[in-house]
Amino acid sequence: MNESTAKDRFTVSRRAFLKSFGATAAAAATAQVETVAKELEKADAEPVYGPGAVPITLQVNGKLLKLEVEPRVTLLEALRDRCKLTGSKEVCDRATCGACTVLLDDKPIYSCSRLAIDAQAHAITTIEGLTENGELTGVQRAFIEEDALMCGYCTPGFIMSVTGLLKENPKPTAEEVRHACAGNLCRCGTYPRVLRAALRAAGVPVTTSKTEVISYAKLA
Amino acid sequence: MPSWPEKHTYIGAHTRRIDGPAKVSGTARYTSDVQPSGWLYGMILRSKWPKATITSINLEKARKLPGIKAAILVRDCPRTVRYYGEELAAVAGTSKQACLDALRSIEVEARPLPFVVHEEDAKDEGSPRVWDKVANLSKPRLDEHGDVDKAFAECAAVVEGFFTTPVQIHNCLETHGNTISWTEEGLTAWSSTQGITSVRDGLAGNLDVPQSQVRVISEYMGGGFGSKFGPGVEGAVAARLSKEAKAPVKLMLPRFDEALAVGNRPSSFQQLKLGATAEGKLHAFQMDNYGTAGIGSGGVTEGGGGGAEIRMPYIYHVPNIRVRQSGVNVDAGSARAFRAPGHPPASFGMESIMDELAVKLNLDPLELRLRNDPSEVRRKEYRLGAERFGWTEKYRKPGSSPGPIKTGVGCAGATWGGGGHGTHAEAQINPDSSIEFRCGTQDLGTGTYTLIAVVAADLLGLKPEQITVRIGDTRYPPSGGSGGSTTAASVSPAIYDVCMNALQQLQERSSITDARGPNWAAACKKLGVEPLIVSGRWQRGLSSSGAGGVQFAEVRVDTETGFVKVKKITCIQDGGMFVNELTAESQVNGGILMGMGYALYEGRVMDRTSGVVLNPNFETYKLTGLADTPEIDVVLLDMPERGVIGIGEPVTIPTAAAIANAVANALGVRVSSLPITPAKVLAALGKVKPVA
Repeated sequence: MNESTAKDRFTVSRRAFLKSFGATAAAAATAQVETVAKELEKADAEPVYGPGAVPITLQVNGKLLKLEVEPRVTLLEALRDRCKLTGSKEVCDRATCGACTVLLDDKPIYSCSRLAIDAQAHAITTIEGLTENGELTGVQRAFIEEDALMCGYCTPGFIMSVTGLLKENPKPTAEEVRHACAGNLCRCGTYPRVLRAALRAAGVPVTTSKTEVISYAKLA
Repeated sequence: MPSWPEKHTYIGAHTRRIDGPAKVSGTARYTSDVQPSGWLYGMILRSKWPKATITSINLEKARKLPGIKAAILVRDCPRTVRYYGEELAAVAGTSKQACLDALRSIEVEARPLPFVVHEEDAKDEGSPRVWDKVANLSKPRLDEHGDVDKAFAECAAVVEGFFTTPVQIHNCLETHGNTISWTEEGLTAWSSTQGITSVRDGLAGNLDVPQSQVRVISEYMGGGFGSKFGPGVEGAVAARLSKEAKAPVKLMLPRFDEALAVGNRPSSFQQLKLGATAEGKLHAFQMDNYGTAGIGSGGVTEGGGGGAEIRMPYIYHVPNIRVRQSGVNVDAGSARAFRAPGHPPASFGMESIMDELAVKLNLDPLELRLRNDPSEVRRKEYRLGAERFGWTEKYRKPGSSPGPIKTGVGCAGATWGGGGHGTHAEAQINPDSSIEFRCGTQDLGTGTYTLIAVVAADLLGLKPEQITVRIGDTRYPPSGGSGGSTTAASVSPAIYDVCMNALQQLQERSSITDARGPNWAAACKKLGVEPLIVSGRWQRGLSSSGAGGVQFAEVRVDTETGFVKVKKITCIQDGGMFVNELTAESQVNGGILMGMGYALYEGRVMDRTSGVVLNPNFETYKLTGLADTPEIDVVLLDMPERGVIGIGEPVTIPTAAAIANAVANALGVRVSSLPITPAKVLAALGKVKPVA
């Protein structure tokens, strides 16, 4: 892209930043000089994008999508606002809640914290891409069956995290589900049901407690 | 008087959410997902001063930036701002980036003024006043009966303590916001709201548009918890931007703003004194309490309308009481209703001092409750809960748990009003036997869509999936806001009435004596070409108000790190006739997990020096996570004769108190300030200095 425009808008380019970092680092620890030099070389070889819109191609749910976005546009924003894939949600916009979780080459990532230009050449799967011909996946069905959703705003993120977990580990333990979903937040409090749903989808016996209805009239 | 049939097919059973498929596939359309043709982004510029006179705001540069279609002042200058984050100006543009650039280009001139953000500072006469003509600390409101001083002198045991609760932030996952299109034909607002009607009325009033020309839609919304009844400043701003730009404007707040300007639960600082007779009967109670609702401490609305008062001595009847309460203004965003306003802080204070009294009387705290709880239902719930929880086996004298990781147990009770109110609904029955219900209520995630389908299917002898439910639009017959745990008890009776009217009319028109179930399709076919449209409204006799509930907590406290792990919660919750057990249990889980956050993690932190909120995000404002989630044992106590009662609120009330009591039971010393952080645990154990 046009480098002169970049300099007009940003006083510190990546190269300049690395150079200044290099100077300090070199003074502090000579062992790092070589690493820094390599980074500089790499930075020289990389083209500079932006700040204006640049053409990008995203591979989303098996389709190639051609867009023009500013380099500062996140993958989440590109998906939601440019591709009309609004299933992934923006909740914190800083990698703390997991509502924006998508799969990047089958691994769950926070799409709010990945730039769209950096998501090129990867297979991206969003919540919309799970269903095939309107058929829900086992994870999606388990979420409905166990009522692992309330307002539903965090639900796509949880489903992507659980889907990612089961791709890697088809028979997880309860502890492994807890760990896999540690980066997803829910304010309604669906966690006990999310745990059940994930285990149910994996065909792992569920041992967590179940609600009982007791008639008041029959109490002593 | 109408009554529910005794035999049910779907009412009281487990029915999966009818909106489940939309929510798990990403097709459920929330306000933040709406993208009307030509829509623009809206963004708000907020004050970076906690208090200042804003002398001028220059929008000229912003207006000239590429992509910017509108820029407005929220209010004319000069003006005073009273908290960090108060709305100053707003822009609408073709991209998020254009709006970000535009906000940065706005020049604001301000004269900073002295401010105060901490309650303890603000109540001193010498501190800067939030409102020039009013002292920050309101005159205490006194509630007194009996001879309190004499009664304390008569007590066999008297305990005192100081208990504090923080300002809690709603932090709904979908932030506050609207997508608004304002044209000559009127105004359409997609709103993330718990009250489509109250948003319509708010927008109409603010913008001087007839209510009939404002349409509010909320198909799906990502949580409210009491903070989303009105359009808010952001709603009116989105409408004005839309008018100026001549295009729809979507203005959803960023996460940070949620901690600043769209509500919170007021804090409390409770000096308590409680006395009992030698038989362990409560005899005298005294409280001095103040708390802050930000810049708008009304003081007398029990937290519901934003005041800081709490209901004391909570669920207990004490013959001699003296309660003095004040609100204290600080330079921070106003409070709003927050799930069971006024109750969780009251429960925490009262149930804590009850356990202190039990220690003094050398009584099991459960026994003290059984001797003093005036509610027979709750006493039965305590007995049932104690049995399931294993209270007798688990309860030990405070601090007697061996080793560095100590276990402890605690319990607490709740009360809530709820009840139903005026709701209208209608149904259209088509000759092909399909049926559509329309009601101007909304589903906050509590399961209202499914509730309507369950009630209708049960009464008409159909299956829930045969019922089409349309809600969340002010063009449907009006219902009320979803607050105070009133939606289930308001909507169910109206659907009942529609069903009864539908059956009567369908039977008349078809000459089929019982149009339900197997005869439904045949009866509908006889309608010919004209669908049947029937209406109905809320009726007395099908719902009631008043729910109790008790909870037991078991915790493990690491006395070396101060970390509290909740191992188990047992909840016994009454709620009349449960319409859908599946979604009711989800409500219970949710209330408990939110209560756990209140007990252990949550609390707004204000910086005394800069006046800013220090934790407006999820890195530093911690919510309960899946990894923290304990084993939860839920009993729904069925009382079908009482009709429908909402339970969204009572289930969140006693959790924090039960956990705090369990922590005190484990340690033998009490952390009397929420949230119970590791630092406070270690300070209570004398291992570190208390944090200021």
